[in-house]
Amino acid sequence: MRQETRGARLIRGLLLGLVGLFFLFPIFWVLLMSFQTNQDILRSPPSLVFSPTLENYVALISGRLETQAGTLEIKFMGNLLNSLILSVSSVLLSLVLGIPAAYAFARYKFRLGEDIAFTILSFRFAPPLLVLVPLLTYFQWLGLYNTYFGLIWVYQLITLPLILWITRGYFEDVSEDIEHAHRIDGHGWLKTFLKIAVPLAGPGIAAAALLAFIFAWNNFVFALILASADKQPVTVGALAFVTASGIQYGQIAAALILSIIPTLIFAILAQRYLVEGLSLGAVKG
Amino acid sequence: MSYLVLDKLTVRFRRETVFEGLSLAAERGETIAVFGPSGAGKTVLLRLIAGVFDPEAGDVRLDGRSLLHLPPEARDVGMAFQNFALYPHLDAFRNIASPLKAQGLGAEEVRRRVQAVAELLKIDHVLSHLPKALSNGQKQRTSLARSLVREPKLLLLDDPLRNVDAKLRYEMRLELPRILKQAGVTVLYVTQDYKEAMALGDRVAVLTGGGVTQLDTPARIYSDPVSSEVARLFGDPTINLLPARPAAAGAGAAVEIAGGRFPLPGLPSAALGRDCLIGIRPEHIRVAMERREGALPAELDAVTPLNVRSVLLLKTGDGGELLASCPEREAARFPRGHRAVWIDIEAAQLLVFDAESGARLGGAAP
Repeated sequence: MRQETRGARLIRGLLLGLVGLFFLFPIFWVLLMSFQTNQDILRSPPSLVFSPTLENYVALISGRLETQAGTLEIKFMGNLLNSLILSVSSVLLSLVLGIPAAYAFARYKFRLGEDIAFTILSFRFAPPLLVLVPLLTYFQWLGLYNTYFGLIWVYQLITLPLILWITRGYFEDVSEDIEHAHRIDGHGWLKTFLKIAVPLAGPGIAAAALLAFIFAWNNFVFALILASADKQPVTVGALAFVTASGIQYGQIAAALILSIIPTLIFAILAQRYLVEGLSLGAVKG
Repeated sequence: MSYLVLDKLTVRFRRETVFEGLSLAAERGETIAVFGPSGAGKTVLLRLIAGVFDPEAGDVRLDGRSLLHLPPEARDVGMAFQNFALYPHLDAFRNIASPLKAQGLGAEEVRRRVQAVAELLKIDHVLSHLPKALSNGQKQRTSLARSLVREPKLLLLDDPLRNVDAKLRYEMRLELPRILKQAGVTVLYVTQDYKEAMALGDRVAVLTGGGVTQLDTPARIYSDPVSSEVARLFGDPTINLLPARPAAAGAGAAVEIAGGRFPLPGLPSAALGRDCLIGIRPEHIRVAMERREGALPAELDAVTPLNVRSVLLLKTGDGGELLASCPEREAARFPRGHRAVWIDIEAAQLLVFDAESGARLGGAAP
């Protein structure tokens, strides 16, 4: 290890602190807001000194929002559950469909292969609003409007291209010789795919799944247009806090904190699999 | 019929022909060293037999059965890759056990056989290590163990000593023939080191120019090469190839090289008057400081000690260069620096090749 002078260490710490502050301050501020009443939040100048309250969280969890205009029903916990159902199912479906497809694109040359892969990527080119209106018509006609199934299907536009293209790259990095060796050992192709290719592309699959989950979680317009209140995720549900008697900043902040938690947990879980270097030392470079 | 038969195989990648009409036959229990310069298609040949891809034409038969149209897992061949191709997420034990697991053997049987092959290859103390914790030599042995463990009908070894250090390579060169004989398996051993081919092959198949140029015992490949190319590939220092035109002399033929005239009895008359290359192995030139009867004058330019034999660079009376070699003890007689010497060439050992095609025309013992 290189010896560092105390000055250099100090400056590095200071700079890291600054960067951290810059990125984390908004989250920290939101966290503080979630424990404040609307009056505290709107006070000018803002102050770090306030008497913390849990009433924002209580309102969200109980589903009753007390405003000056009276009591308002909010379905935030329902929205949170919807977000979980939609994001988890979309990512799972995309993994089931995308991993074999990515493997096929990485390993086999077939007619129109590149064109199909590119078409799937192109799902992400068009602004969603462009397709939403015709999609809404189809959904109503097919009876898919305001169903989990319909939303999960549309969410594939977000998650499938991500998973397919990211894992494809990782599959391409797995040495073909390792798979050949496994086949020659006497294992069929399906076993080789499941026991060799998938575990070796594991870090890539975990990264892709995490990214796809975040994108799905943060999606707003699909659910806004294609579902009504009882199937909508938190992103759309947060609109409910803009009430006739003003914007409920405290509840918005508390809702934000609650909606970060699942993503955070998932990220921490996935981190374990993001560790690369498993494939190092397998073949002589 | 032979145990392994490669019948007129042709492989092309896009427009490039790797080999065309390649044929080879191996007997049961035999080790064939497939030797050729890099790019000759040795690895392609092994992969083709293993079933990683199919040839454009031809057939591969093992034990009387065609292997083509069988997937790799159904061919009952073992293969050790040049880059080892170990499974990085499995420890050495599970790497070696993989072919046994595929056969659905019980845990106890698997453990016993992995242990046996690991002891044979002296890696039983690292069975719990992941590949990244193994040294190159251990990786190579693990890969070898994996290919041997299920006692396949045919073992394909793709230059397995290429990526290990010189000392280990030397040890394995001595050890491998014993291990392979003990396993009693039929082996195709690919290498681009002629010494390795000589050391390991019961017979050596020389792969050049898209086909098997010669298939013979190591001794005969060396003493009786079919072409100047094969002659040049085997031997270090390399064979001297001197351009000359054999002429009729009495009942037979003779050739003028290195300022001397050498009889070539039994040379086919087709070789007379043709542009030829005369091959002389360096060890067939005797060099002396003093003149003897029939010796030719030459000048000694350099002596390179190789510890066992020394290589001598000579300039012959007609201005050509020759490499000669002699035992190290004798080399002590030649002081360093340029000086005049006398050489004897063993005429009976001369090899005659066609200058244009390189094909062997005659000379030396049949």
